[in-house]
Amino acid sequence: MKAAIIVFPGTNRERDMAIALERVTGRKPAMLWHRDTALPQGLDLVVLPGGFSYGDYLRCGAMAAQSPLMAEVKAFAARGGHVLGVCNGFQMLCEAGLLPGALLKNASLRFLAMDCTMRVERADTVYTRGYQQGQEFKATMAHGDGNYFCDAETLARLEGERLVSLRYSGANRNGSINAIAGILSPNLRVMGMMPHPENCVDPLVGGEDGLPMFQGLAESFLTAA
Amino acid sequence: MKLRVTVMPKNGVLDPQGKAIQQALGGLGFAGVEDVRAGKVIILDVAETDAAAAKAAGEEMARKLLANTVIESFTVEAI
Repeated sequence: MKAAIIVFPGTNRERDMAIALERVTGRKPAMLWHRDTALPQGLDLVVLPGGFSYGDYLRCGAMAAQSPLMAEVKAFAARGGHVLGVCNGFQMLCEAGLLPGALLKNASLRFLAMDCTMRVERADTVYTRGYQQGQEFKATMAHGDGNYFCDAETLARLEGERLVSLRYSGANRNGSINAIAGILSPNLRVMGMMPHPENCVDPLVGGEDGLPMFQGLAESFLTAA
Repeated sequence: MKLRVTVMPKNGVLDPQGKAIQQALGGLGFAGVEDVRAGKVIILDVAETDAAAAKAAGEEMARKLLANTVIESFTVEAI
């Protein structure tokens, strides 16, 4: 799998993401700066990592969504490329219009730094094929604005077309509509999720509940290559 | 000329900041504050001198960046 991680000023989860990807593929992902103007040739996956790009100025992910390389990411997605956005990356995907809806401030107004449990709502995507349908797994939340919101029409479409990939099981601490933790594009190739699977790939630090996501990706693109 | 862009959470969109302000006002003894909505004001100083053209440009800026129309509404005024 050939993966690239895009780094913005204020991004802080790019190294955790790189460790997770390298762990399953044995190769280091390309680290790209947001001012770069081109993606490497032959990419399988672009990752927008977590953090606080541009200090969350204006709205979380709003500035990053307008940065030069994001235009290339949009073109990559339009060509059928796979894009994963985690936490701030999910916010960027929504701000960039690659996924519908928006992430509001947590309903509690509190920054949430704790584990959460998610249920896999569909296991037939490259991101979730490492899990069983309906399987629950743990990941870490670290966000102030993870309260997924969309209008009623969009919500009906997401649910009707089964584009909700992950849902909080147990507590829905950020107040997301329908307890949505992750959503997919209609072609199932763009996924945004708030919790951090890359934090859970090492038995010594936080467990390995996130590992199947990366293993599934590695297997998907092993056969593709 | 200057433009004032006012960005507000849309009706029906949860506004936890507004709710927190409302509760804090209640805590300070200001009774009867029935609802609070918190948004932001952005002042732009633009070179354009024609008010209608400046306003149209401001609206385009709001649609593209200053507001997220999924969750926010905006107004643009020449001031």
